[in-house]
Amino acid sequence: MTELLTASGVSLSLGQATLLDHVDLSLRGGETVAIVGPNGAGKSTLLRLLSADLRPSRGTVTLKGRNIDAWSPADLAMHRAMLSQHVTVSFPFTVEEVVRMGAGNRSTAAVQRLIDDAIAEVGLDTFRHRELPTMSGGEQQRAHFARILVQLACGEAARGPGLLMLDEPTSSLDLKHQIALVETSKLRARNGTSVIAVLHDLNLAIRFAGRIIVMCDGAIAAEGTPNETITSDVLRRVFHINVAVAQSENGAPYLLPQLMRAATSD
Amino acid sequence: MSLADIKPTAFVRTKGHVRRPPALFVVSGLILLLLLTIMLAATVGAASIPFSRLPTALGFAAPAAGDTLLARDQLILWSIRLPRIAVAAMIGGILGAAGAIMQGLFRNPLADPALVGVSSGGAFAAASAIIISDSKYAEHIHFMQPILLPLAAFIGSLLTTIILYRIATRNGRTSIAIFLLAGLAIAAIANAGIGLLVFIADDRQLRDITFWLLGSLSGATWSKATTIVPVFALGAIAMIFIHRGLDVLILGESEAFHSGVDVERLKRICIVIISAMTGVAVSICGVVGFVGIVVPHLLRLMIGPGHRLLLPSSIVLGAVMLVGADTLARTIVAPAEMPIGILTAAVGAPVFLLILLRQRGLVGL
Repeated sequence: MTELLTASGVSLSLGQATLLDHVDLSLRGGETVAIVGPNGAGKSTLLRLLSADLRPSRGTVTLKGRNIDAWSPADLAMHRAMLSQHVTVSFPFTVEEVVRMGAGNRSTAAVQRLIDDAIAEVGLDTFRHRELPTMSGGEQQRAHFARILVQLACGEAARGPGLLMLDEPTSSLDLKHQIALVETSKLRARNGTSVIAVLHDLNLAIRFAGRIIVMCDGAIAAEGTPNETITSDVLRRVFHINVAVAQSENGAPYLLPQLMRAATSD
Repeated sequence: MSLADIKPTAFVRTKGHVRRPPALFVVSGLILLLLLTIMLAATVGAASIPFSRLPTALGFAAPAAGDTLLARDQLILWSIRLPRIAVAAMIGGILGAAGAIMQGLFRNPLADPALVGVSSGGAFAAASAIIISDSKYAEHIHFMQPILLPLAAFIGSLLTTIILYRIATRNGRTSIAIFLLAGLAIAAIANAGIGLLVFIADDRQLRDITFWLLGSLSGATWSKATTIVPVFALGAIAMIFIHRGLDVLILGESEAFHSGVDVERLKRICIVIISAMTGVAVSICGVVGFVGIVVPHLLRLMIGPGHRLLLPSSIVLGAVMLVGADTLARTIVAPAEMPIGILTAAVGAPVFLLILLRQRGLVGL
């Protein structure tokens, strides 16, 4: 399958600080990729570079074979939908109005169905006419996820399978909705959408991703299937902690919740 | 399991649930309100023209035989009252819309050109123009005399808006506190500048500046009305292109970009429109505050924050408010006239405080 998104030799420096150091990455259609790593590893920065929100100091990002700088914002929005980490709405838009923003200026009956479906999919049916600033952080996050799903669906209807980018999409969600969001994203991947998500919960990343990218200090520390990347060795190296990694019945690794002590103090 | 399988909680909170009224209903209601206000404004004043005589004086009905007051009515209406109503309506529309656009641009319901020094910047530039056009340099700028004041006010407003944006926005986020405080400082600088000009002005210049700074529509003429038309039309047309972008911009600059909005272009367009609107308003009737805050705030309560409806509605309700305020200004202390800025501030400042109190819990000011 052809590469959908490629980053080659991407670096980003701000003043003296190097936020990203020569990162190579490629993403194929229908792939699910999780980016994990400690705070400040450059996960969100990488995602913002891949979404053209930030420009790299060195290196290039190409989307569907074309340098991402050459795309207009409107065209880009047809091919990739991105959910940022913190979105605050200071005006009293309702859930439906926010989700409708994902559709741009389209307002056909088909688009209305997409909006209805997305609201139902994130379980906000009864909150449709609620004003966003009055809702909890998790509920707001689900509303924005629905907005992104509508944008993705509108783009894919016109231009074919696209790219779904999620920056810590589960940070405010309860366990049930974390799993539901991951499953919804995987459902999209089965239809050819590529999904790349920054996740903090490693168990959730294992459940979600076909490939995991472990980042540390602005570079990729490990990359591969969950079995290859989520190992005691990698976790000790990257997170500086001792974690027992067990195998579940289907062969996927999982982390045992235990009192974690700093590896260096052992 | 997908998100759809999760049943909504049995306890459904009703707080915050809103139903928006149909757009057609709102717009036609506002236009009706404007027509009523205009009719009221046309009938009351130093010489009252009873409502029954209005159609005849306007030329909609044939005059009755021997109608001795017809000529007087027509003169008052066409030379004094109607141009004043036209100017008040357009300036009110401009002030309301400029406030709504500025609030969208800065993601802040407390933004208003008059409050954060944009009007003062324009007023300072216009006052400078008055002094310069009376000095020995006057012959160099004589060719642009008719548009000198609006142009100077536009440039002053534009510079102020750009400076304000640069100060308040960092990494695509606008700090509400920095924005208001910077606006306060900029307004202080501009007002100090105006004070200096007043100090060095001779008697005739002083009269020109003070008369105009008081913010009155008493000098309204048809020719002033035609100066406003291009800017008014420009703003109204621009709304078609910026309303969606402003909606998404509320979510933040990154989100707007991800949704396909050319954020830099949108910001440039908004800054130019706000400055042109504020500039022309200031050049005609001085600094009139709070219309830009009250109008969009009331509308958001009724129709929600979506800019597709909010922007045109702000024009209509702004017009209602200023035509109404001007009618009040020229009648309550008749035969004298109250500066219109006093009236708009008397209504607007309490509304501003009300928003501040409501917002206090929501955003970290």
